[in-house]
Amino acid sequence: MSTTSTILPKDEAAAQGELNVQINGTWHRFAPGTRIADACNTVGAHVPCFCYHPKLAIAGSCRMCLVEQGMPPRLAPGQEPSYDAQGYQPLQWMPRAIIACANTVSENMGIRTTGNITAEARRGVLEFLLSNHPLDCPICDQAGECKLQEYSSDYGSGTSRFQEEKTKKGKNIDLGPRVNLDQERCVLCHRCVRFMRDIVGEEVLGAVGRGSNCAISCYPGLKLDSNYSLNTVDLCPVGALTSKDFRFKMRVWFLKSTPSIDVNCGTGSNISIWSREQEIYRLTPRQNDQVNSCWMPDSHRLNYKYINAEERILNPTVRTDIGAPQRESTWDACLKLSAEQLQKCEASKTAIIVSARMTNEELYLVRALAKQLGIKEIASVSRKGKSDGMLISADGNPNTTGEQMIIAEKATALEGICSGIKSGRITALLALGEDITAEAGLSADNIKNLDYLLTLAHSKNGTTELADVTLPGVTFAEKYGTMINVTGRIQRLNQAIEPIGNSRDDWSILRDLIILLGSEDEKLAALKSARDLVTIMADEFAAMAGLTWGSIGNDGKAIISTGVTIPLIEREQASK
Amino acid sequence: MSKINYLPGKEPHPSETRRIFRNVDREGYNPSIECFIEDGGYKLLADALKKQPSEIIDEVKKSGLRGRGGAGFPTGVKWTFIPRGNTKPVYLICNCDESEPGTFKDRFVVHQDPHQLIEGMIISCFAVGAHFGVVYMREEFPEAAKIMQKALDDAKSKNFLGKDILGSGFDLEIILHRGAGAYICGEETSLINSIEGLRPYPRIKPPFFPAAIGLYGCPTIVNNVESLCQVRQVMEMGGEVFAQTGAPRSPGTRIIGVSGDVKRPGYYEVVSGSITFGELLNDLCGGPKEGRSFKAIIPGGSSSKVMRCDAQLKAANGSPMSVFDIALDLDSIAAHGSMSGSGGVIVMDDSRSMPKVLNNLNRFYAWESCGQCTPCREGNPWMLKLTNRMLSGNAAPGDVDLLKDVADQICGKTVCAFGEACAWPTQAFIAKFREEFVALTEPINALKPHSDEARAARQFLGRED
Repeated sequence: MSTTSTILPKDEAAAQGELNVQINGTWHRFAPGTRIADACNTVGAHVPCFCYHPKLAIAGSCRMCLVEQGMPPRLAPGQEPSYDAQGYQPLQWMPRAIIACANTVSENMGIRTTGNITAEARRGVLEFLLSNHPLDCPICDQAGECKLQEYSSDYGSGTSRFQEEKTKKGKNIDLGPRVNLDQERCVLCHRCVRFMRDIVGEEVLGAVGRGSNCAISCYPGLKLDSNYSLNTVDLCPVGALTSKDFRFKMRVWFLKSTPSIDVNCGTGSNISIWSREQEIYRLTPRQNDQVNSCWMPDSHRLNYKYINAEERILNPTVRTDIGAPQRESTWDACLKLSAEQLQKCEASKTAIIVSARMTNEELYLVRALAKQLGIKEIASVSRKGKSDGMLISADGNPNTTGEQMIIAEKATALEGICSGIKSGRITALLALGEDITAEAGLSADNIKNLDYLLTLAHSKNGTTELADVTLPGVTFAEKYGTMINVTGRIQRLNQAIEPIGNSRDDWSILRDLIILLGSEDEKLAALKSARDLVTIMADEFAAMAGLTWGSIGNDGKAIISTGVTIPLIEREQASK
Repeated sequence: MSKINYLPGKEPHPSETRRIFRNVDREGYNPSIECFIEDGGYKLLADALKKQPSEIIDEVKKSGLRGRGGAGFPTGVKWTFIPRGNTKPVYLICNCDESEPGTFKDRFVVHQDPHQLIEGMIISCFAVGAHFGVVYMREEFPEAAKIMQKALDDAKSKNFLGKDILGSGFDLEIILHRGAGAYICGEETSLINSIEGLRPYPRIKPPFFPAAIGLYGCPTIVNNVESLCQVRQVMEMGGEVFAQTGAPRSPGTRIIGVSGDVKRPGYYEVVSGSITFGELLNDLCGGPKEGRSFKAIIPGGSSSKVMRCDAQLKAANGSPMSVFDIALDLDSIAAHGSMSGSGGVIVMDDSRSMPKVLNNLNRFYAWESCGQCTPCREGNPWMLKLTNRMLSGNAAPGDVDLLKDVADQICGKTVCAFGEACAWPTQAFIAKFREEFVALTEPINALKPHSDEARAARQFLGRED
């Protein structure tokens, strides 16, 4: 902009509802109300924070985010502001650093995250934080993802001037069934306190003592036993709060994180799966403001142990004759045998029970399988429960919406299939992804009425014990796929580890079976991954029109409007 | 009760002007409402209620009255910070959490003349439009709490409080709220949190000050006891007359509480700027104790910066002057690098060890830090431990610089003014009495470990270089 121009940057920005802010010498534009810390971080000027979390109330207490601020000079009455060549007012830098978390940007503001004032403030705060810190990184579980470690390395001084005796506080405190506290490592950011108070609405945590003896604690007689307690461990920037489940299991730098979704209920909370080699060590929530904000329930977070459990089925098993014992087989032999046996089954006496825990791609192939076999009776097991008013959906199935889109038009009632089995009308059953001895309401005796039972399962259960053929599929952590949550958002599952043992990705088992049964679908035969099925399905289902695996992205896409909402997200959006 | 006589031994010095302390240690005076009314009390209230609230605010602004809590912010200006077009209830809180070491002025008002405060408070509430007021009294005033509660009850029974006060249509409830013994509750935002039943952590400001978002999120005015009593004086004298007495930018009387090494420690109410430190200490207080000489003065409560009595200062016109020539008003003291603060003057004579005095102050601040923000929480115990080590003879000369560095690292980086309050003493004591600190140190101590942790760190973490 030239000096002769009459349009100033402030007017230009105002026309777009924005503000000009100079950060480290460069002018940027931000929406009014943007916090200085967020503004700086979005343009690559890193502002370290302990207590600030975008989802929690501002505390402003850690003082780590101190930055240098400049404002245009205050004008005397009648004085005209002066502008530089670019049309900005000159900045007067304040001698006192301000916190970047509590303050918002304003027009013609200047921020410096480099320079002496900021560097000294950061170094000073870190020196203070470390003065009474036990410096026990070698035995601390947070090491590798500890903000205190990172900032000390980035902004700290490297040596300590503190020669005195440190303040001693409580160690290894049992805060609740899943969370442990080390008060000496705590930086008193109060994130956990604010989370429990504001997000969960249970005032369990608070601070006791004052000065150097200030420490986090539960209120007398209370325990941190909320189903959301492990989120405090995620929030804790240091090693003060640790998960009893994860602590001492694995150094975090050995872990690989894979973005995926939670499959324990219809919400489909976004998660990261943390794995090393073929083992899953923990699940943590991944931010998605439309689904789960930054949180997830403990019950879902800890439900991963079945992935690496003994109960996993490692090989296909078949029963070669009535009453013969089940024995392990190979995939080729097993699939061939299954195809032969299925062809012998009378379609009108055969039914399929599918699971709304399967991915869209798997369900699509189940439909194709049913078509190939001419089976008319197909039903799924519903899991209706109660929402917890937070993130756990009333629907216990993660993909009910997808199942309804793909299967529902052909579906029959589960009760019909069950009574058919009991009465002997149905003599052959394909139990895909469901243990029919559990929620489906069939007893072992009922199942013995069947002449033929084929099941697809990842772990041993009541059905696999009785099945004539068991095809070992995989868990959510071992496969790619998409699911549609209760709000109608399609989201991706990503493969974190390879299928365990000789188990195989469910979609490929179904595909091979369909081809062995005589399908001549070339697209199906050419499939390399479940991811490619998204494109095929996009042609068929209006809701998925135009979708590809890539376009769904890690945050998912809202494709169907179901009218269902997630209570926690409702609240969060209402409070904005 | 026309002629005022004071109890024997409590007579005011001729240089004093008793306004707020008019009835303190007065013969035949008691804290009952009858005594106050007989003395002409609550007449000002009746007059004030006939005015417009804005007239009272204008009067207080005209008077130039500055807050007596320590920061010296103009009271009338503070009142106008309530947002225009405010629809929420407005609250007024009387800060009676007098806990700054060396300060003892409000205690005499609440113990001996509570109705003076109540009348000032009702007038102030009327001016700012508050229908609910709180007297926040520190835990350590148990007797005063009883007296104040009775005074509030009596005032209510005589319709100075409650519904339709004196037929004016103005309603006001004032309650007494007691603290739990924390120095930080004197900070207005932590005081508000304390009333709300929260942990008294100071709130971050800016962006929001209590006058905009205070108690329960509503506009709240927090004034010191003496400030509210001074409002009553303003109403009595008129703003312009009030502004004419005393120093131009800090008019009115000030109550000075002198403690420490003087012959007659105690309270003195003087017109602001009318006397100098020399007159205060030598005339009013009777000078240093026998055979001693003054060494240092802390002029306004423990957190104000200490002044050295033998320092050569320069007056505004450049002529040399000493500490004793400084006039007792806010700006004169501020001009010489300290502050008048709460008016608590602490005097030390040549028998005092400055490191020991500082150690004592550091112990207070380390104990009273609320623990909310990092620099204050961690810095204060560090400063205490350093001065502990100096006193025990285990410090090295470098530790004196370290002590100052730690104070610098706290100052200006905290949530509330506690950061300055705790850093200023250390900064000033080292700046002015450095030689006394260095004299306690030995260079060899720099090579010794001073704690088990430091010893272990040397053994296991040290580098061989």
